[in-house]
Amino acid sequence: MIRVQREDFDIGAEIDKVRAGRTDIGAIVAFTGTVRETKGERVAAMTLEHYPGMTERELERIEAEARERWPITECTIIHRYGRLEPGDNIVLVVTASAHRQAAFEAAEFLMDYLKTSAPFWKSEETPDGPRWVEARETDDAAARRWAGE
Amino acid sequence: MMTKVLYFAWMREKTGIGEEQIELPEGVETIADLIAWQKQRGPEFAAAFERDDVIRAAIDQEHVAHDAPVRGAREIAFFPPVTGG
Repeated sequence: MIRVQREDFDIGAEIDKVRAGRTDIGAIVAFTGTVRETKGERVAAMTLEHYPGMTERELERIEAEARERWPITECTIIHRYGRLEPGDNIVLVVTASAHRQAAFEAAEFLMDYLKTSAPFWKSEETPDGPRWVEARETDDAAARRWAGE
Repeated sequence: MMTKVLYFAWMREKTGIGEEQIELPEGVETIADLIAWQKQRGPEFAAAFERDDVIRAAIDQEHVAHDAPVRGAREIAFFPPVTGG
């Protein structure tokens, strides 16, 4: 299940949806990304811009690839856009599987690919004005290690 | 045939536009050709496309490399490396 939305999400409710009515799930992994202040700077807020249409397609593609690689019974990806403040939720990935290893690995794979291929951009509000967040080489490296398998 | 061209994040700010319709010029066959053409459209485009090594492109909402052919594309997007998640 893919959702791209301005509104917040309820982590507990999303986990309940994934497990509702199922008895074949032995492991549920939930990852939540939140807005944080960086390097001691006062980041008042950040605004997430995205590419409507492509974002949904890209998240669906990433989910399909995860389902090919691991036996996931359920999968949820929710990503917010718009203005967010420190402490706010940004992204939620929930994966469920019969065993924990598949759920852990699929969640990590989804986040690594999401950070390098889903068309979102962060702009931070700083005391010196707005600033676009630069992409990190460590994110690219994290995504590349899955391609080497 | 007109092609919709989209700009995101700092590329949108530098060009001053989010989207436009353009007729792909003669001789523009790849994303790299289109970037070279964009650079000479005016100072705002020269600034937006200055760091062409980091600029990412998508054709019809799929990531493509700079050697991808552009003929027949309905929608081409230019943007910086993504920073979501």
